[in-house]
Amino acid sequence: MKNLIMIAFRNLFRNKRRTILTSSLITFGVVLVIVFGGLAISFKSQMVGILTNTAMGDLQIHRKGYVESIDNLPLNLTLSGTEFANVEKTLNNIPEIAAYSPRIKFGAMISNYAQTSNIRMSAVYPKMENRTVTEFVKRIKGNITDPDQFIKPGEILVPENLMRGLSLKIGDEIVLVATNKDGSVNAVTLRIAAMTENIFGPSGKDGYMHIDDAQSLLREDKPEIVEIAIHLKQYDQLNKVYTQLKKSVNASKTQIEVHTWEQLSPFASIARIVDLLILVVKFILISIVLVSILNIMTMSVYERISEIGTIAAIGTPPRRILSLFLIEGFAMGLLSTLAGIVIGLGTLWIMNITKIDFTFGTMNVSLAPSIPVGEVIIVAVIVMVVSLFAGFQPAYKASKMEPVDALGHN
Amino acid sequence: MNLIQLENVTKVYQTGEIPVHALKRVNLEIQKKSFVSFIGPSGSGKSTLLNLIGCLDKPTEGKVFVNNVDVGMFDRTESAAFRGKTIGFVFQNFNLIPVLTVYENVEYPLLMLDHLPSKERNDRVSRLLEKVGMTDQKKKYPNQISGGQKQRVAVARALVTNPQIVLADEPTANLDHATAFKVINIMHEMTNEFGTTFIFSTHDPKIVGEAEVIYTLEDGTIVSSEIKKEDKK
Repeated sequence: MKNLIMIAFRNLFRNKRRTILTSSLITFGVVLVIVFGGLAISFKSQMVGILTNTAMGDLQIHRKGYVESIDNLPLNLTLSGTEFANVEKTLNNIPEIAAYSPRIKFGAMISNYAQTSNIRMSAVYPKMENRTVTEFVKRIKGNITDPDQFIKPGEILVPENLMRGLSLKIGDEIVLVATNKDGSVNAVTLRIAAMTENIFGPSGKDGYMHIDDAQSLLREDKPEIVEIAIHLKQYDQLNKVYTQLKKSVNASKTQIEVHTWEQLSPFASIARIVDLLILVVKFILISIVLVSILNIMTMSVYERISEIGTIAAIGTPPRRILSLFLIEGFAMGLLSTLAGIVIGLGTLWIMNITKIDFTFGTMNVSLAPSIPVGEVIIVAVIVMVVSLFAGFQPAYKASKMEPVDALGHN
Repeated sequence: MNLIQLENVTKVYQTGEIPVHALKRVNLEIQKKSFVSFIGPSGSGKSTLLNLIGCLDKPTEGKVFVNNVDVGMFDRTESAAFRGKTIGFVFQNFNLIPVLTVYENVEYPLLMLDHLPSKERNDRVSRLLEKVGMTDQKKKYPNQISGGQKQRVAVARALVTNPQIVLADEPTANLDHATAFKVINIMHEMTNEFGTTFIFSTHDPKIVGEAEVIYTLEDGTIVSSEIKKEDKK
C-alpha cells in the first residue's frame, strides 16, 4: 500500500500545472465552506445567544392561547396560583434547568409629563431574571452595581428608543399608566434607573420594572404570572427538556403550554435559512470536487492507457490498478482539503482578530467567527468521500482494460 | 519437456464485419532455456503469437499450454497472477513508468506481486541492474537515459521476478544496430545465466541470426523453423 501511495502521489504531479489548477479549485471550495460556515454559524449562534440570554430564555411557559394573542399582551391569560406552584415544582425537579423567571407582561402608557407614549413592560424578580437571562445586564446602559438587583421597587428600565423619543435621562421621573384585566386604570410614578438596548424579536423593546410595582399598578392581590422564562444548563438539551416539560404539562391536564424560543421568535426562520445556505454551499463544494476529480482522473486514465497496459502485462492485478487510480483521486482531495482547511482557518483567525462589526436591525453585532471542529471534520469527510466516488469510474475503467488492447494504444 | 505448447491455435480478430485470421491452426513447441525468435513481415502473426503465449490474449480456437497449464482457461485476475510469476515482458517502446527512477522501475513488479523483504528486493534489483550495466544510472528517470539504456532497464525489469519466460515484441525496433546487438547479447547472457527462455520477435534478419531457434511466420502460419544451435536441454 505504501508503494501504491508513493506512485499515486508522483503520478499526481506529472502534470503540475493541471494538478495545481484543479487542486486550487477544490481548495477554494473548502475555504468557501469554512469561511462562510464560520461566519454563518457564528452569526447564528451569536443571535440565538442574544435572544435567549438577554430576553427570551431558552423555553417559555404560558397559559394556553396566550401566544396566539401575544401582541395584545392580555392580562386575563395568566397562570393561577396553583398552576404556577405546580409548574415551579416541575421545574425544580428537572436537573437540566439552571434557572427560571416568572414575569408579568403588559402594555402601558409612559409619560414624561409633557409627552406620552406606549410601552411594553416586563415585570420581573431581578434576581431570578438575572439568573435566567444571564446576559441581560449587558443590555443595560446605566450604573448597575449588583446584577441581581438591576431593578428595584420604584424604578424602571426604559428602552433606548423611548428614552430618545421622550427626551428622557437616567434619574428622571416618569408616570406609568396601565389598565388592569378588569378595565380599571391606575398609575405609578417611577424613577428611570437605566435604559435598555433594543434587540430584535419579542421582548426586545420592553421596559422593565419590579414585579411588586406591577402587582400594585395592576391591583393584583398576588402576582398573576403571565410568562415563565427558563434557562437551561446546556443549550443542546433544549429538545430533551422541551419534550419532558410538554409531557409533564400534558399529564397534568392544565391549561398551560410550553414553547421553545424557536417557536416564539421570527429569528428561528432566519436561522433555518442560514442552515440552508450552509447546506447549499456544501452542495457547491461537492459539485466542485466531483466535477474536478472526475475530469482530471478521466484525463489521466486516457493519457496513460499504454502505461496501464504495461503494468497489467507485468502482472499487476486489476484491483491494484483500481486502487492506484482511486488513491490518486483521493490524494488530490486530501491535499486540496488540507490546503483549504489551513487557508480557511487562517482566514477565520484573521477575521477573529479584526472582528466584524455590523448592525442587525437596531442591534450592534460584533462577529468573531469561528467554526466548530465537527464542521471542519464534516467538510473534510465530504471532500474525501466525494473524491473517492468521483475517482471510482475512471479507476474502474482503468482496471477493466484488456492489457493487449491497452498496450496497442498510442 | 516442453515449456510452451500450442495446439491448433487460431486467432481471429473482428474488424468491423470482416474477420481477420491473425493465426491459423498453429502448432508449436518451445523447450525450457531456449533463445527463440519469430521473424516475419508485419501482419504475419508474430505479436499475436507472443500475446497468446504471454496470457495477454486468448485463442479463438485451440489451446495454449505454458508449464502444462491451459492458460486460455484463466480469468483476468488469474492471468495477471500467472504473468506476474511466470512471464516477463520487454516492449518495443520500452514502456518504462515515467514517474519512477530506473531502480524503481525494475523494483516495480516485485512491489506489485510479491511480498519480499526489502533487503531481498534490493539485492535482486541491484544484481540485475549490475548485470545490464545500469547501476550508475539507477537514480535517473526514464527521460534522462538513452533508448538502449531504457531497453536494458526493461530487460532487468522483465527478469526481476525470476520468470521462466521473457517475451520481447520487437525489442530492438527503436534502437540503432550496435545498441540492438548489445541488448540481444544481454538477453542471451541472461538466458545462459538464469536459464530463462527468451522469445523475441523481429524484422531484422541480422538480429534474428542471434537466436538459437528461429520460426518464420507468414499470413498467420509458421512456414519454417530453424534450429541454429543444439538445444541446451
